Amino acid sequence: MARAKRDGAGGAALAGDPSPVVNSAPPDGLLDVRDLRVHFPTDDGLVKAVDGVSFRLDRGRTLGIVGESGSGKSVTSLAILGLHHGTSARITGEIWLDGRELVSADPARVRQLRGNKMAMIFQDPLSSLHPYYSVGNQIIEAYRIHNDVSRQAARAHAVELLDRVGIPQAATRVDDYPHQFSGGMRQRAMIAMALSCDPELLIADEPTTALDVTVQAQILDLISDLQAEFGSAVIIITHDLGVVAELADDVLVMYGGKVVEYGTAEDVFDSPQHPYTWGLLGSMLRLDRERAERLIPIKGTPPSLINVPSGCAFHPRCPYAELNGGRSTDEVPELRAAAPGHLVACHLPLSERRRIWTAEIKPSLDGSGQAREAKEAP
Amino acid sequence: MTAPPSQGSTVPAEPAALAGSAGTLLTVTGLRKYFPISRGIIFRHQAGAVQAVDGLDFSVTQGETLGLVGESGCGKTTTGRLLTRLLEPTGGRIVFDGHDITHLPAGKMRPLRRDIQMIFQDPYSSLNPRHTVGAIVGAPFRLQRVRPEQGVKRSVQELLELVGLNPEHYNRYPYEFSGGQRQRIGIARTLALRPKLIVADEPVSALDVSIQAQVVNLLEDLQDELGLTYVLIAHDLSVVRHIADRVAVMYLGKIVELASGAQLYGAPRHPYTVALLSAVPSSNPGSRGRRKRIRLTGDVPSPVTPPPACRFHTRCWKAQEICRTTEPPLAELVPGHRVACHFPENT
Repeated sequence: MARAKRDGAGGAALAGDPSPVVNSAPPDGLLDVRDLRVHFPTDDGLVKAVDGVSFRLDRGRTLGIVGESGSGKSVTSLAILGLHHGTSARITGEIWLDGRELVSADPARVRQLRGNKMAMIFQDPLSSLHPYYSVGNQIIEAYRIHNDVSRQAARAHAVELLDRVGIPQAATRVDDYPHQFSGGMRQRAMIAMALSCDPELLIADEPTTALDVTVQAQILDLISDLQAEFGSAVIIITHDLGVVAELADDVLVMYGGKVVEYGTAEDVFDSPQHPYTWGLLGSMLRLDRERAERLIPIKGTPPSLINVPSGCAFHPRCPYAELNGGRSTDEVPELRAAAPGHLVACHLPLSERRRIWTAEIKPSLDGSGQAREAKEAP
Repeated sequence: MTAPPSQGSTVPAEPAALAGSAGTLLTVTGLRKYFPISRGIIFRHQAGAVQAVDGLDFSVTQGETLGLVGESGCGKTTTGRLLTRLLEPTGGRIVFDGHDITHLPAGKMRPLRRDIQMIFQDPYSSLNPRHTVGAIVGAPFRLQRVRPEQGVKRSVQELLELVGLNPEHYNRYPYEFSGGQRQRIGIARTLALRPKLIVADEPVSALDVSIQAQVVNLLEDLQDELGLTYVLIAHDLSVVRHIADRVAVMYLGKIVELASGAQLYGAPRHPYTVALLSAVPSSNPGSRGRRKRIRLTGDVPSPVTPPPACRFHTRCWKAQEICRTTEPPLAELVPGHRVACHFPENT
């Protein structure tokens, strides 16, 4: 109820006043997402793809959103960009971008911001570039939609951008078609297009999943260099914890459409508090682990969003669910602070989680594989 | 009865052929595969060739796992397809279990197929959506006309149990399973005839992180239990790190480094391997910025016109004149560690 009212107020303020004064607390970060819900009604039932996600992001910071397929990480990013418009999605909550609320805003208004103030790098550069238009034309189009400049000026800008993202002979390659580019170059072209209007918010959805490791390293370096240069805020969406560890300042771990853990990269990697995060770290194939060490996978499979398990969505796969005497199966855990700025949604008492992390999980990750090996040897 | 799963009790037919090298299951020498490129509409002529695989030498010992790593286009998948003879080699020799299978015709290859099986990358496209799990996993028995003692159904159920699936799911269809479970179905099918060699082409790259770990553990358990020999093809160095005993790093159709896992990951010697390892993101945010990363510039050159001599010289920071003129041989620098480089690292 209260939210609906606030939305209305925000929307009205937006429509009337270029610098809206709103009655819900004004956001101080660049991006502030509050209790975002994206639900899709389907014949099989309501799919709660995103169910109550909140986070904020300041300029110059990088947020990593981690999760498996179906955790709602891509749907979240599409909602921020307003790309669910015209679908059956039911979106509630608030998305504040630099003082403007986007969920209740007019789609035309959001379109002005999209590609201009916020931009996205998609996962698969081959299917996100149009095969019939030259790479240069696609960048020029994106630039001219938001800026009143001549074709020549836009073209010069496109060449400059391609050069900036490391395309060799940018002045001639600008007229090439996407199929004439290699996978890494296409992703660079996508980045050039996303950067064409100096966005303040850059969302990269699995930007390197389709690429080889050496190219991945080039692209990740490029994204962090450009961020340092333009001071934009970046959201990196990925299933690869390595990419997050490399780039992110803050990390949001999603499971079944909900946030299960949210904190700084140091919090989440050095003292994770949620059993799902432990599971992800234990499953992670790492170069610095001895071959003899066995991985500790999470049992079972990620849930279907039509039929999300009751209570804590992770409880059927959680090895510690029984420690709560059934609370995990009945009650949805709330996100609570485990430490300042480190939020965790788990029913386990904090002291118990600390004990499990230091006594059981951490040693198994730190390469005391000998202990386990010795156990398995006879 | 299928091929006997226990080794030792029944000696294979050609003990003489095997006697030469104890325990070597597969030997590959000078293996090449060129895909011709044709040009012209009326007068077709060969305009060149994609040199996908250009002179590989390696062997695989019974019970070990050999990892083939490299970036896209390095020829690792082509190699896998040559080993399973899904492709006809252009040159070289493949000797499997004492048989020269390099140019064996399809009919003669068929009885050997039960000993060489493949795990595919994509569990969505490698299972027929119109067949039940029972029919999919039981297909090898049917195709090879093998009648298991306890019947096909019982055998299939045992296989499903072996890979961690519910044997009751015998009559279900692939769409009823998740990606990880589908990959298990594919693995059960691979194991049906108790093959001696399994070529696994990117077996986990299409799976979620938590499921990857399950499948990696399963592959390791099956190897311990059944004494399997794997050739594991992957682009992910950390997957190979976990499963492989020995690792071959490929670049543009050639092996540039071949060593045990400990040697290769502990002290890589080829500059390409060093660059590849340094490119893998670290899992520790604390070490960010402290690691030295080698940035390889540019892309892999085209395999149609690979650079002369050392194929890596165009992207190598140590390249000298000799790298452009003389091809470095894959030389054994220390026992068990072969490197094709004029200026190896870590020496």
